[in-house]
Amino acid sequence: MKQTHTFRADSLIAGYDETPILHNIDVTIPSNEISIIIGANGCGKSTLLKTMARLIKPTAGEVTIGGTPIQKIPPKKLARVLGLLPQTPIVPEGITVTDLVGRGRFPHQSFMKGWSQKDYEAVSDAMDMMNITEFADRHIDELSGGQRQRVWIAMALAQQTDILFLDEPTTYLDITYQVEILDLLTDLNRKHGTTIVMVLHDINLSARYADHIFALRKGKLIAEGDPSSIITSPLIEEIFGLKCSVMKDPISGSPFVVPIGRHHNKIRKHS
Amino acid sequence: MNQLSVTAQKQWHLPKNFIKLLVISVVLLAVCIFASLAFGSRALAMNDIISGLFNADVQTHEANVVRQRIARTIFGFMCGAALGVSGALLQSVTRNPIADPSILGVNTGAALFVVCGIAFFNINSSAQFIVFALAGAILTAIFVYGIGAMGRGGATPLKLVLAGAATSAALSSLVMAVMIPRSSVMDQFRFWQVGSVGAGTWDSVKIFIPFLVIGLIIAVVTAPALNALALGDEAAKGLGVKTGTLRVIAALGGVMLCGVTTALAGPIGFIGLLAPHLIRLMIGPDLRFMIPMSAISGAIILSISDVAGRVLGSPGELEVGVVTAFVGAPVLILITMKAKMRAL
Repeated sequence: MKQTHTFRADSLIAGYDETPILHNIDVTIPSNEISIIIGANGCGKSTLLKTMARLIKPTAGEVTIGGTPIQKIPPKKLARVLGLLPQTPIVPEGITVTDLVGRGRFPHQSFMKGWSQKDYEAVSDAMDMMNITEFADRHIDELSGGQRQRVWIAMALAQQTDILFLDEPTTYLDITYQVEILDLLTDLNRKHGTTIVMVLHDINLSARYADHIFALRKGKLIAEGDPSSIITSPLIEEIFGLKCSVMKDPISGSPFVVPIGRHHNKIRKHS
Repeated sequence: MNQLSVTAQKQWHLPKNFIKLLVISVVLLAVCIFASLAFGSRALAMNDIISGLFNADVQTHEANVVRQRIARTIFGFMCGAALGVSGALLQSVTRNPIADPSILGVNTGAALFVVCGIAFFNINSSAQFIVFALAGAILTAIFVYGIGAMGRGGATPLKLVLAGAATSAALSSLVMAVMIPRSSVMDQFRFWQVGSVGAGTWDSVKIFIPFLVIGLIIAVVTAPALNALALGDEAAKGLGVKTGTLRVIAALGGVMLCGVTTALAGPIGFIGLLAPHLIRLMIGPDLRFMIPMSAISGAIILSISDVAGRVLGSPGELEVGVVTAFVGAPVLILITMKAKMRAL
């Protein structure tokens, strides 16, 4: 079971160049749960994720794990606790699945020691978990989008961190693969207790898979909590500026957002 | 489970084709050694080579030619290895398949400093050439990186290559401007500039060794981190790589290797591009294996080009830089066409 960490950001101000995108954000990531950050385009979802994953240095405030600012933890040591799958990582030309997944072991290796039995096991476990063992020797270029994403997640799993950040892991994927990826991540959380933090675009999938939701609007945290208690039509209207009706997902029982447009604005009764 | 790990271990340890490639390389290296000793403006028979190599008492002209060719052969191997590794490092740092010391302008920078040294400071020894060429190479690398890093997004591969090409063009015109009015400089520089290992002596080998060793150590030690960097800056940072520090160290190693080679043998283009690319095609992009193999294949390519230059240019010889440029240019075009389809 993965360790529990107090992982939080205090009065965080961050952005690119000199323009702040996040304005004074305080968050505490619930340990061993799945958290999903939602919000409209440009609200700072990815910026929050990247700042917490130490890709962006905050201009003010700090991100801490167990009370230690993450900037003060040696990068390799931090990488054994906190893993990250960026939105668009680069596939080196001609790389095989095993080679790519194996690169997730970097923070556990030192130059003198090389590959240990533990490294091989971590890679083989990660590939089993993501059901990609059969592709082990294939080139990434030959795989479908969904398979490819599973390989990337396996790379992050091989890193064996307690906390895993994913920046829009389902973008560009068909709905089938979106569900598949989110199911696999849920397995990971339930089986190993991995703390998962991700940005998702799909509000209904977010409501279904999240234990905890962070709702951002214009760089500020405007609501957080478990999906069924915070997702309401006023909140969605505030975040996205979209009128909607919130119903109950007939399959999962989580909140289900049905948008109201100019052409479809009556609530129909089932006959 | 245990058994599975054992078989898996075998697969992961060595890339596909690695053993095959290693065997082929060793055979080719042996062939290169033989060819480099035997062929030249004067072809030698087997017994001349043997007596030149193993029988110090024999003082025939042929035996002495062989002895002189030994130094040249070793020097050629060293130049090729340095250029191959330099190319692998610079391609990784810029994450660009067509990054090559010559394309990034580093060679031209080294050349400019050497020309200025010859023209204004009367330099003529190998050691002086090294100092000037290294200074030129490093300053040009910093300059190109500085230009490439300006603006949003930092030093992207594309910006680096554009900055390198522009700098290279500007610097080569400066080289011409310094050289053309001075006929004595031109003579001295002409031979150096084309790139030749014919000047390789035991002295140049000795001077070369420490730089080559340091460069190779840097390459081997940074290989795992460069493997992580290949997944993109964000992924690399997520894996705990200090991307800035890594880039500086690896680039310094690459620039030093090519700068010293340039100083001792003149600018030899395309090997830094060709060697890593061929190896990547054959065994995949794992730098832990690519770097040593790039060194070996660089040595082989340079050696073959050198021998070809001697045979084709007979009774004189064609400098190795001419041969590599001739072979390298079409390969560069092919790689660029392929790279367009899938940018790194």
